Amino acid sequence: MSARRLAKEQPDSFALSAASKKEIGIWIKKYPKGRQASALIPGLWIVQKQAGGWLPAPALEAVAAHLDMPYMRVYEVATFYTMFNLAPVGEHHVQLCGTTPCWLRGAGDLKKVCEKKIGPKGSVSADGKFSWIEVECLGACANAPMIQISNAAGDDYYEDLDVDNFETLLDDLAAGRKVKPGPQNTRHTSEPITGAVTLNTKGFYNKVKQKKLPNSGKAKVGAK
Amino acid sequence: MVELLQDKDRIFTNLYGLQDWRLEAAMKRGAWLGTKEILEQGRDWIIDNMKASGLRGRGGAGFPTGLKWSFMPKDVTNRPHYLVVNADESEPGTCKDREMLRHDPHLLLEGCLVASFAMQAHACYIYLRGEYVQERQRVQAAIDQAYAAGLLGKNACGSGYDFDVYMHHGAGAYICGEETALLESLEGKKGQPRLKPPFPANAGLYGCPTTVNNVESIAVGPTILRRGAAWFKSFGRDNNAGTKVFCISGHVNAPCNVEEALSIPMKTLIEEYAGGVRGGWDNLKCVIPGGSSVPLLPREICDDVLMDFDALSAVKSGLGTAGMIVMDKSTDVVAAIARLSYFYKHESCGQCTPCREGTGWMWRVMERMVTGEAETREIDMLLDVSKQIEGHTICALGDAAAWPIQGLIRHFRPEIEERINNYRASKPVFVSQVAAE
Repeated sequence: MSARRLAKEQPDSFALSAASKKEIGIWIKKYPKGRQASALIPGLWIVQKQAGGWLPAPALEAVAAHLDMPYMRVYEVATFYTMFNLAPVGEHHVQLCGTTPCWLRGAGDLKKVCEKKIGPKGSVSADGKFSWIEVECLGACANAPMIQISNAAGDDYYEDLDVDNFETLLDDLAAGRKVKPGPQNTRHTSEPITGAVTLNTKGFYNKVKQKKLPNSGKAKVGAK
Repeated sequence: MVELLQDKDRIFTNLYGLQDWRLEAAMKRGAWLGTKEILEQGRDWIIDNMKASGLRGRGGAGFPTGLKWSFMPKDVTNRPHYLVVNADESEPGTCKDREMLRHDPHLLLEGCLVASFAMQAHACYIYLRGEYVQERQRVQAAIDQAYAAGLLGKNACGSGYDFDVYMHHGAGAYICGEETALLESLEGKKGQPRLKPPFPANAGLYGCPTTVNNVESIAVGPTILRRGAAWFKSFGRDNNAGTKVFCISGHVNAPCNVEEALSIPMKTLIEEYAGGVRGGWDNLKCVIPGGSSVPLLPREICDDVLMDFDALSAVKSGLGTAGMIVMDKSTDVVAAIARLSYFYKHESCGQCTPCREGTGWMWRVMERMVTGEAETREIDMLLDVSKQIEGHTICALGDAAAWPIQGLIRHFRPEIEERINNYRASKPVFVSQVAAE
């Protein structure tokens, strides 16, 4: 398991914004009455966004008070889940997948790019623009190697990377240019790069018509 | 020559997102077609047909889906029933649910309604992994469309059945793919698996009867019922029925996801869809056939093994999630497995001692095996420790950490020994006497 601690330097106070409270309210409504603790993980995610990409200790206290939970319950969740950043991150937080499927296809080379352009693993660049960490499998293995970049605009996947297009991507972000999420080569999503060999039959998508259900008979138990 | 699956028999018609995902287009492709009529057949009809189709759970364990549904209490008492969809796809090598969530979300939502109706659940939670931020926005948008069209909510599809679907998400923890850890997480706690029994069908979410199913298991339901159990069963061998989305990653020329019939030969799958192994089939070293947790298979077995539950377990591996990781001869296979050992060390929830301590111990020894800075007898020690972890933890993460190492030693022991010998030959003076820590 991974040991995670709160940052040494913490702000004195933190207040939930009206927008955060409203958003958390949407989540609380999804669960039965009295089960508002279920909104904790989405709530912490919302507050992490409000706080600029990480969770200061006073923010944990604010969430605990808002959800009427003991602080310790919030603390243990914040330190358990690895997407909660417990220390400040860069404007663009690069999460580089280093697990075997990405490693087989060159994640090691991408790490070197991060080390060159950002700094040692886990660090924030001097100008505060970037930070990077290595994460475990992000579930886009057919588009390996890949990364996720979290910033104020969202949390996008950038897939099918190599040293060249990854360097270009980081340069574009540094210069404030628009970047395209998803595969950085010619692929659309997870079809073979040589083109889809399935799901391409002509007229295939307009053929579906309702037919009598196979094996259907008289309506049975539970039918209304 | 193996006959390949035809487009007309594919369930996920928008797997690559080449078409529009929205409700109108999804309906044209067949989603939400006659859902009301399916519900009118009744709960028993749905469960009987799901059983007859031979569908086995698509999340890794391969438990028969219809049977699982039948475990829910027959009568609803003061505790409501829940369906929870496991969309916490985190198994290395697996990237199929993501495509269904973002490209065919309406198939999933329709499946949620049908499955929940069969189990008398009026509420369903879809738990997505935290990293799938775009995907959860897509699922929420699809839910909103379905509500607006009257397909979900009060009197869903005009069936007289009230049904709500809620999107929920995690925040980065592999263990939350284990069903009881997922329920803990959904309740706002650390994702630590629960002791079973009680099983979720008796006491799951909020202590209520709950069934947890993988995205793919739920999403294929309505299509199976529409086209008939016999249609689904016509694909694959006995006890391995149906079509399945395979993920092919690693050293192939064209990594991809593809839906094919179960029991397709592994070689055919790789050569027909993924452009073949880099450098040709003869350049293949090994394949992990079902996500990182199952033992790897060397080339000799890959030559003619079929991709289904029984064929892969017969060669001491497993179909798992059908996420295939292909490695060619350039691969340092010891390092590849050591990286997986690091993964399991990182993802252990820390609840059970064999896993908490054992995953770290195995990783440290594996790292020394990579360089060769180990002793030959430590290979057996590693195997022994892996067997002490396997089967001695609450959930299967301990097993999942042990199996890749066992597979490596089973098939590539000479390679590990050679590396140790080479290291010793280059540094004859000192060899560590310490196993680990």
